[in-house]
Amino acid sequence: MSEPLLEARGIERSFGQVHALRGADFTVHKGEIVALIGDNGAGKSTLVKILSGADRPDAGQILVDGRPVQVDSPHAARDLGIETVYQDLALAADLDPAANLFLGREIFRPGLLGRLGFLDKRAMGRDTAKEMERLGVRLKDAAAPVAALSGGQRQSVAVARAAMWAQRVIFMDEPTAALGVVQTEQVLELIRRVRDEGIAVVLISHNMPQVLEVADRVEVLRLGARVARFTAADATVEDLVAAMTSGTAEERAA
Amino acid sequence: MTTVDSRPADQEPGAPVPAWRSVGDRLRRSETGRIFGALVILCVVFSILSPHAFPTSANLVNIASDAAVLLVLAVGATYVILTAGIDLSVSGVLVFAGVISAKVMAALGGQSVGVLLLGLLAGLVAGLVWGVINGVLVAKARIPALIVTLGTLGASQGVALLITNGVDVRDVPFNLVLSVGSGKVAGVPWLVVIALAVAVAGGIILAQTRFGRYTYAAGSNAEALRRTGVASSRHLIKVYAVAGLLAGLAGYLSLARFATTTLGGHSTDNLSTIAAVVIGGTSLFGGRGTMIGTVIGVFIPTVLQNGFVVLGVQAFWQQVAVGVVLIAAVYLDQMRRAARERP
Repeated sequence: MSEPLLEARGIERSFGQVHALRGADFTVHKGEIVALIGDNGAGKSTLVKILSGADRPDAGQILVDGRPVQVDSPHAARDLGIETVYQDLALAADLDPAANLFLGREIFRPGLLGRLGFLDKRAMGRDTAKEMERLGVRLKDAAAPVAALSGGQRQSVAVARAAMWAQRVIFMDEPTAALGVVQTEQVLELIRRVRDEGIAVVLISHNMPQVLEVADRVEVLRLGARVARFTAADATVEDLVAAMTSGTAEERAA
Repeated sequence: MTTVDSRPADQEPGAPVPAWRSVGDRLRRSETGRIFGALVILCVVFSILSPHAFPTSANLVNIASDAAVLLVLAVGATYVILTAGIDLSVSGVLVFAGVISAKVMAALGGQSVGVLLLGLLAGLVAGLVWGVINGVLVAKARIPALIVTLGTLGASQGVALLITNGVDVRDVPFNLVLSVGSGKVAGVPWLVVIALAVAVAGGIILAQTRFGRYTYAAGSNAEALRRTGVASSRHLIKVYAVAGLLAGLAGYLSLARFATTTLGGHSTDNLSTIAAVVIGGTSLFGGRGTMIGTVIGVFIPTVLQNGFVVLGVQAFWQQVAVGVVLIAAVYLDQMRRAARERP
């Protein structure tokens, strides 16, 4: 296979006595959906935080396109084309979807007004509409505050924001945990579309059947290290559960 | 997939409303409309009860002048409350800034424009300093705004009393009182012109600029703002600084209007300000509100006060009425919020 898009090697992270990551590895290839699974406390959240710049490793290496990089802030992650959809979505509920998509990355009006901080709401609205169209998200009311949207639509807005800015990878933490059946299906469809646009998606999920349904590959963490890698099409729920509960750290490939 | 369109049928579907600002804005506008309606009803009632004293141009000028200082404070408070904060210190900061400004002008002596402008500058800086202190304590030290500004309310008032030994400074330049304090342009008092200019600028910045957008976002979900890489605590400091600056301006205007520092005359200004902002539809929980709502909100306590005076009702009833209206406004806001949480 080609050079991994994003790779973590031997990531270590301790919180006091707790050794959350013990030389964890993780690999993401271009244009794939890779599920990161593991039991509670396996180190998934810590690993994702480190790869999205919200936390720093004690040791280990992160490579983007084969080059070692520093991901020491969310900003640095974004500059590398890595976006994260948090479980709590991190949307400003009183603002409309366009304002949320461009929060922190506003478009200003041309000329003097722009330099004074005046926003080009029209341009942001247009780009948002385009992005929603591209991802097949249909909002009931594009101008309503996010608070007025349903849970699934809020999730779609959060995913659309990540998809709009991500150049390489989107991390999604339990994107369907709070959703009903129909909404879950819509969000999974959205994730596939993002993948088809060429962006890699890392899906953190506890839902094994869903993981097998949507992911191309599965990587399993246990006790702070990677214990197994599967091609989703060849794996069963039993394989995943066995790896999660009793897998042993795989030999570090050279 | 069916998309349920919950838009009421009476909303013109083909209207050339930009797609990104339709129902939400309209709802908000109608909310503002309701407050405006209440204000109109209030004016009509007072006009009927007192047709010769209330609806006269002299009295309207009076009401507007009364509202002017409060409006300047309320513009700052709108920003603060939109971030889900509160600023109780404005009444103390106003007095403090007035004292500093009066002392500076007295020390310089004379009546020239230069002296008046230096006095203004002194007042603005005095207000700004307190605002920055509030902002740093709220945003960096993470002390609840209620406590911080309660503390600086007492402190700023105390320092003002220390400086003056508790005696009002009365040697305010007469030119200031004549021009800003009681002068008029085209029949409109300068005080009102200045206050409206502040409100218009504040409203445009709030609605059109990134500063305004971050203010809404900070009150809506400060963590989300921080995660997008915005220095949200620095933004909070700026918001409190603006509120302090405007309290300084209000102190200067009050000085011009009353020709004295009125040490004891502003103790309820903070509550009137917060009441005006909340009555105007800004949510105490942050994230929701408009400047036009605040402008209308300011006039409700002012008109009540004036109407009671005109009718010969004890003016203290105004305080009672504002208290009741404030509680009702917050209750309505909570109901709206609760309704929104389960769509």
